Amino acid sequence: MAVFTRDGELTWRRRDRREALQRWMASFAFVTLLLLCWQVIAERTLWDFVLDAPAQGADLVGRMIPPDLPYLQRLWRPLWDTFNMATLGTLIAIVFATPLAFLAARNTTPRFPLIRPIALLIIVASRSINSLIWALLLVLILGPGVLAGVIAIALRSIGFIGKLLYEAIEEIDTRSVEAITATGASPGQLRAYAVVPQIMPAFAGISVYRWDINIREATVLGLVGAGGLGLELMASVNTLAWGRVSTLFLLILATVLISEWVSARLRAAVT
Amino acid sequence: MLEIEGLSKHYPGTAAAALDNVSLQLEGGEIIALIGPSGAGKSTLIRCINRLVEPTAGRIVLAGEELTALRARELRRARRRIGMVFQEFALVERLSVMENLLSGRLGYVGLWRSVLRRFPQSDITRAFELLERVGLEGYADRRADTLSGGQRQRVGIARALMQAPELLLVDEPTASLDPRTARQIMRLIHELCTEHKLPAIINLHDVPLAMRFCPRIIGLRGGRIVFDGPVKQLDTTVLTQIYGDEDWASMAGEQADDDAQDDVASGAAVVDRGRAP
Repeated sequence: MAVFTRDGELTWRRRDRREALQRWMASFAFVTLLLLCWQVIAERTLWDFVLDAPAQGADLVGRMIPPDLPYLQRLWRPLWDTFNMATLGTLIAIVFATPLAFLAARNTTPRFPLIRPIALLIIVASRSINSLIWALLLVLILGPGVLAGVIAIALRSIGFIGKLLYEAIEEIDTRSVEAITATGASPGQLRAYAVVPQIMPAFAGISVYRWDINIREATVLGLVGAGGLGLELMASVNTLAWGRVSTLFLLILATVLISEWVSARLRAAVT
Repeated sequence: MLEIEGLSKHYPGTAAAALDNVSLQLEGGEIIALIGPSGAGKSTLIRCINRLVEPTAGRIVLAGEELTALRARELRRARRRIGMVFQEFALVERLSVMENLLSGRLGYVGLWRSVLRRFPQSDITRAFELLERVGLEGYADRRADTLSGGQRQRVGIARALMQAPELLLVDEPTASLDPRTARQIMRLIHELCTEHKLPAIINLHDVPLAMRFCPRIIGLRGGRIVFDGPVKQLDTTVLTQIYGDEDWASMAGEQADDDAQDDVASGAAVVDRGRAP
């Protein structure tokens, strides 16, 4: 903010001269870096392949048409597996993430050293690994199948739900917390009456949103052997059965649309 | 009834004390208004009594029990005996009116009963009685966030009375309300305290309102008590002592005018003469 005099009149600009210059330099440096990166990428691209891409793409799409619709008959079971992986994984994650969030939130963590850092570490560890990687590891440990998928999804979702939920807990209105404290409530009652009602909308929203994400993630977990639609997708790609691949794409699209619709309705219901 | 001796509070990182050696005594059934400029320590003082704010020094004794010496569990037990009403109502917005009232009984029921909302019938009966008393009959199942400001403050008052308290702490009960509702709420608090012979300490910004409903006034300035006496001693000299220089006569005059218009029925006191209600 800069207030100065020009022609004997008091005037104001958003930034003074030095600040404006600094910002301009920063923008210039950023654009230069962008252009440099672009150049490096361009040098390392095999342009013959890229120029060929439209023809290749059209060819692939051509082979995908028409979709192999009778194949749908064999997909209901994997679809059910996918749905179950997402739903069970989300439920397990909720069970673990909720207490974790209370331990991680600054205003509800017990007055005991180390508990909060440990809770935060668990959340970060869970979040830092994609569920596909979790599945890859779990398939090695547990063998291929739906169980590996369920646990992979749960492990990834604990961090997601835990983080968003503890942020919601930290943002609650402290006035009702104070009022409930003043009635002589115990710490447990304080959480049940002053914290839980306030985070219910966030809790429902976060859980349903994660379930919605998990439906999408569950469709790919089969690629590493964790069961569900992904397994069929991999099999179809490997056997170059492009009609089946497009059928799978359509089914996944429909599933995601439905889950999105359901989650929107559920979130609207809890306000 | 309530004795406060040498109460001080320093917030860490601030130079001046929020409360500096405050002593006062409250007899049973007495209604005190705590007045003073913003930042005088009014809120801190009443929050020290139920230890929502931890005092730095001093003693607070309620009916023979030294509140300042209590440990967590005993403190919770002592808090049950002290009802509190808040400036911005501090209801749990997403709970029903009944649940908000019953939360006043939390100190008396176990965790599971309170989580499952299985309160004793006597508590529920009392809640219905209080709802009727504060004029909210039929509102039990309304969610708190659907109520107006005045209605919410009535719920806040009923919640405090659910505790069957021995002392009522009231923090700026009217600051978020329009003048008419403010007056109604103050009248309600005054009536309820008189009915239950309940001593109360009421923080008030609004001096005419304090003079009208509270027989005893305590003036706080810069964390110290600068006036403590019956309302009739509160004149312009004292007001200047509490708040600093201001043309009190003309202000009080205006206030008296709209008092007379607004409240003919209850035989309004002429405020600039400082008569109790």
